[in-house]
Amino acid sequence: MPAVRETIDQVHEIDVDKYKYGFFTDIESEKAPKGLSEDIVRFISAKKEEPEWMLEWRLEAYQRWRTMREPSWAKVAYPKIDFEDLYYYAAPKSTPAPKSLDEVDPELLATYEKLGIPLKEQEVLAGVEGARVAVDAVFDSVSVVTTFREELAKHGIIFCSMSEAVREHPELVRKYLGSVVPTSDNFYATLNSAVFSDGSFVYIPPGVRCPMELSTYFRINERNTGQFERTLLIADKGSYVSYLEGCTAPMRDENQLHAAVVELVAHEDAEIKYSTVQNWYPGDKNGVGGIYNFVTKRGDCRGDNSKISWTQVETGSAITWKYPSCILRGDNSRGEFYSIAISNGHQQVDSGTKMIHLGKNTSSRIISKGIAAGVSENTYRGLVSAHGKATNARNFTQCDSLLIGDRCGAHTVPYIEAKNSSTVFEHEATTSKISDDQMFYCMQRGLSEEEAVALIVNGFVRDVLQHLPMEFMVESQKLIGISLEGSVG
Amino acid sequence: MTALLEIKNLHVKVEGEDKEILRGFNLTVNPGEVHAIMGPNGSGKSTLSYVLAGKDDYEITEGEVLYKGEDLLEMEPDERAAAGLFLAFQYPVEIPGVAFMTFLKTALNAQRKTRGEGELSTPDFMRLVKEKSTALNISQDMLKRPVNVGFSGGEKKRSEILQMALLQPELCVMDETDSGLDIDALRVVSDGVNALRDAERAMVVITHYQRLLNHIVPDVVHVMAAGRIVKTGGKELALELEQSGYAAFTEAA
Repeated sequence: MPAVRETIDQVHEIDVDKYKYGFFTDIESEKAPKGLSEDIVRFISAKKEEPEWMLEWRLEAYQRWRTMREPSWAKVAYPKIDFEDLYYYAAPKSTPAPKSLDEVDPELLATYEKLGIPLKEQEVLAGVEGARVAVDAVFDSVSVVTTFREELAKHGIIFCSMSEAVREHPELVRKYLGSVVPTSDNFYATLNSAVFSDGSFVYIPPGVRCPMELSTYFRINERNTGQFERTLLIADKGSYVSYLEGCTAPMRDENQLHAAVVELVAHEDAEIKYSTVQNWYPGDKNGVGGIYNFVTKRGDCRGDNSKISWTQVETGSAITWKYPSCILRGDNSRGEFYSIAISNGHQQVDSGTKMIHLGKNTSSRIISKGIAAGVSENTYRGLVSAHGKATNARNFTQCDSLLIGDRCGAHTVPYIEAKNSSTVFEHEATTSKISDDQMFYCMQRGLSEEEAVALIVNGFVRDVLQHLPMEFMVESQKLIGISLEGSVG
Repeated sequence: MTALLEIKNLHVKVEGEDKEILRGFNLTVNPGEVHAIMGPNGSGKSTLSYVLAGKDDYEITEGEVLYKGEDLLEMEPDERAAAGLFLAFQYPVEIPGVAFMTFLKTALNAQRKTRGEGELSTPDFMRLVKEKSTALNISQDMLKRPVNVGFSGGEKKRSEILQMALLQPELCVMDETDSGLDIDALRVVSDGVNALRDAERAMVVITHYQRLLNHIVPDVVHVMAAGRIVKTGGKELALELEQSGYAAFTEAA
């Protein structure tokens, strides 16, 4: 199709007249045309009824993004993404959804079955049309969410969607958004800043210990916001919060590219524990399809004695490019990173962390467990650095890789920089295989091949699993077994 | 009466190698019987135990093995386990990060599942483990440690017998269960094994030394050399061997 014709069609699709006057009618069924332009950014901002400053912020990011290039240093290979061939805004109802579970990939359903997910919930996860109503039935969401919100409000905790926060708490959003991951940070973070769809906003007031685990589960009614998610979490002085992100159940999503940004701010004496279970669609057994997950996650230990702890279980996505990091700015602050990254089939994982020691007596701990099976590639990439003023900085890093079969790869790429002599950094790394003897021993006791792999791998990752909140831990153990099915024999 | 285990003219070599390790091995074990197989190093005793349990690295070139009248060699290792075949390993394998208790429960429930029985509830399981482990001098602490990691020689062998006691197999193959045991540990392990003896359960006890057979008294003793049984007798044969050594039999083979 000639370019001119295409442009005309696109303009028709946006419906210029409506666009000019502010998009207030019938927006639910609309989808912005493919490609990214300043107009699309304005379109997104207008759809969300954002204030001017938010639009300006997005536009600035957009202009910057135009000048940037995709990073190519990660050990992942994929066809070049045509950013002009993507949709950057789709109202929730516009993506075609399956009419019932009959139309859903049977393999996906089989997995739900194994995870023991109730039927109603399966519909929601698979994105069956109208399944939101079912959520209400399952979670009794009106009452649960209401009770939940009331409880939080009693403590002055704000937990809402990012869009709502932009409207209701502009002073907080303006103060913190982009303060950890600036709009100029990296290609994908900049893209996210321009077009982010939605996400979570959390603010814990000084001295408050959040009485419950905050889970994205409670936000399930705001679906389809996954593509360019933006999360901002602030723990004010002396507060504590534990945040759970994701779900063990595999999520169906039409969008191949995911570029989320998560920013955490911990003030003096505050502590944030952030746990993630990521199980996006990894593609089929031939490596076709699957989500590209290019995420920027960073926490800023801004105040003295603050602490940020990342725990992640990564089992999904075709490509994972993710380095949850900590900036240890405050004196005596502490950063932790506990990670389990599993790759099977044709999956590619390049993940790790950065611990940037800026303050005095800062400490960090990294425990990374990578498991590679099939023909997958699994890379740990990490940076530990201590600046000149970060006297007595301490880090302990342990990177263990487990290989299943002989066609996969495990790689460890640690960068270590110490700019003062009082720094003590320790790095340990191991690579091992599941031995035939271990498999035989387990099978002689009656375990099937798959049960044996699941058991051995769960043993391998135990140090990390222990850092997950209880409910995530139990589910993750099951998930690990399921993720590695078909990896042996 | 059908034999529990019938091995007929079994020839086995290590996969990819020419040398035969078992060369026309025959053995029949009936329910309730305890057979001891004695022999020098390299006579093929451990190979026999691995082949029975279904380890991958071997190639069966001739012969057959019937278990309860069925072709054992066609079954996967886990199917053999669920069908009641248990191998007490000479060198139990370490599984880092997996608590011994978790391992026991997973194994028991896996077998029950294969047999179409329901999973045991946690309280029932705990009660069962407690009862069996106390008899074998196995502490609660040891049950929490990762499988075989840092276990002493004696602990490893006691843990094998605990698994046997818990899984209640019909055919127990014990590969040098006495190796690495001091006299006290030997007694504990033997008592554990003897407690499992009954009219149905059969045992094949593989050992170098007669001393184990003072504690676990066999019905039949076989002498194995160069891949086959060269002499079969009663328990007194073991004593005879202790006196004369294996040399005479090795030459005969």
